[in-house]
Amino acid sequence: MKIIETNHLSYDYIRHDEEGNVEGVTRAVSDVSLSVKPGDFIAILGHNGSGKSTLAKHINALLLPTEGSIIVDGKDTRQEENIWNVRQSAGMVFQNPDNQIIGQVVEEDVGFGPENMGVPTKEIWERVEESLKAVGMYAYRKHSPNKLSGGQKQRVSIAGVLAMHPKCIVLDEPTAMLDPNGRKDVIRAARALNDVEGVTVILITHYMEEVIFADRVFVMDEGKVVMEGTPREVFSQVERLKKLRLDVPQVTLLAYELKKSGLPLPDGILTADELTEELKKCL
Amino acid sequence: MSLKLEHVSYVYGSDTKLPVRALDDICLEIPDGQFIGMIGHTGSGKSTLVQHLNGLMEPTEGTITYDGRNIWEKDFPKKELRSNVGLVFQYPEHQLFEVDVFSDVCFGPKNLGLPKEEVEARAKRALELVGFPEEYYKQSPFELSGGQKRRVAIAGVLAMQPKILVLDEPTAGLDPRGRDEILGQIAHLKKETGISVVLVSHSMEDVANYVERIIVMNKGHVLYDDVPREVFGHVKELEAVGLAAPQVTYILHKLKESGFDVDINATTILEARDTILKAVKEESRC
Repeated sequence: MKIIETNHLSYDYIRHDEEGNVEGVTRAVSDVSLSVKPGDFIAILGHNGSGKSTLAKHINALLLPTEGSIIVDGKDTRQEENIWNVRQSAGMVFQNPDNQIIGQVVEEDVGFGPENMGVPTKEIWERVEESLKAVGMYAYRKHSPNKLSGGQKQRVSIAGVLAMHPKCIVLDEPTAMLDPNGRKDVIRAARALNDVEGVTVILITHYMEEVIFADRVFVMDEGKVVMEGTPREVFSQVERLKKLRLDVPQVTLLAYELKKSGLPLPDGILTADELTEELKKCL
Repeated sequence: MSLKLEHVSYVYGSDTKLPVRALDDICLEIPDGQFIGMIGHTGSGKSTLVQHLNGLMEPTEGTITYDGRNIWEKDFPKKELRSNVGLVFQYPEHQLFEVDVFSDVCFGPKNLGLPKEEVEARAKRALELVGFPEEYYKQSPFELSGGQKRRVAIAGVLAMQPKILVLDEPTAGLDPRGRDEILGQIAHLKKETGISVVLVSHSMEDVANYVERIIVMNKGHVLYDDVPREVFGHVKELEAVGLAAPQVTYILHKLKESGFDVDINATTILEARDTILKAVKEESRC
């Protein structure tokens, strides 16, 4: 079974003038059919305005398809009675660390989700503890969120979603506003959720380095999925990605430049170790 | 014309029980025509420092002089300083407000009390410098893409014709091409106008690719103030303060450990390419 399945999903943003008449229609997502296996780590790349976030918001029914459908954990989001279940299956973390935290104390913030779901008190505390441990923030459970760094706040946000025991978590540019250390910690937390807890992770990002561990990468342009494959398959196509306003990881780019200068290197090198091994063969 | 900070310190909440020393004995000079990068983890004092540069904050200790004059002197022309040192904050597009792009960029110089022709000439020049296409001048700034909005916001500051342009993470949230376009445009306008640019950034790669001098902030101190090669030579020290070297530097370190005779101080892709090619060629010859 698939955890997420979209069938010819399209979404239109409709602009209205002051009288409420339709002024214009922008198709943000256009005829997307894709599926995600449970337990996968998925990355979505695409330039600003390519439709990534619009697509992501369908996964927990913040937006409903204009045409086509999306099935999350076996539930069609178009049916109103499914919405709460869909949101419990798929949680979401956004870009700005400062507007996702509501609690005065870290552990209260994380407990907010399960409390709203009517989880018994004792179990709430168990969930809070395990979620904070999973993202490496347990030591901060009694702290005020205001005093945390951006990366720590994002990890608390992720713990807040995790405490609702979702099957899938969507991270929409969670590292865009963080410094290098904060970025590393958040990505490490996301990978741990995937590896250890088996949660399906969907990561949207502009940092190519963050996706080299993904099981599959989707690249979007003009609302469509235009490339799909493993990181190696996708990052082998340097020129194509540049045309799509994207990039490849630095080590891939370096290998690409070396190949252009005549060294016999394969496409799609993803790590410094791979590059070292391949260069040794050149001697 | 240069901006000079001498033993500048700033304490938040000095009258409370928990004073925080955000800047501690900062000495540095920003001369004409330099491209400077400023790095430091969240909370290292970068933003506090930036706000001292055009007199938005007054140092608790030490002096700041512009063109030889103390900017906190009683009759120092603050208004002039604020047009000479232009600040572009993070997500500057949130500060756009006018009905169309052109009026938005005109707002600053208009407030300086300049004649209409001068205001419009400046706005036009500023929009040209950021590479904003003329056919969209009359468009609402809110209907533009993220990258275009940011250009307009930067043009708004450029229209004040600053001698020093300070940009706080001008590429946050942009896609890779948008990032390269904005930085390329900034490098171009720096060359074109001869102004100094201070680029505050979390991206070591961007800093390595564009600037000629790097100031590293840590706990309110200046940790390093040097050319990129020297600064990024301190990999361990940078990591200890929550920063990093550019990724190519790490790749080169790894190659060096594996016996390749590469220059580990290269900081850009092209420098790395050249030193690797050289090492491979020499190695193959033996």
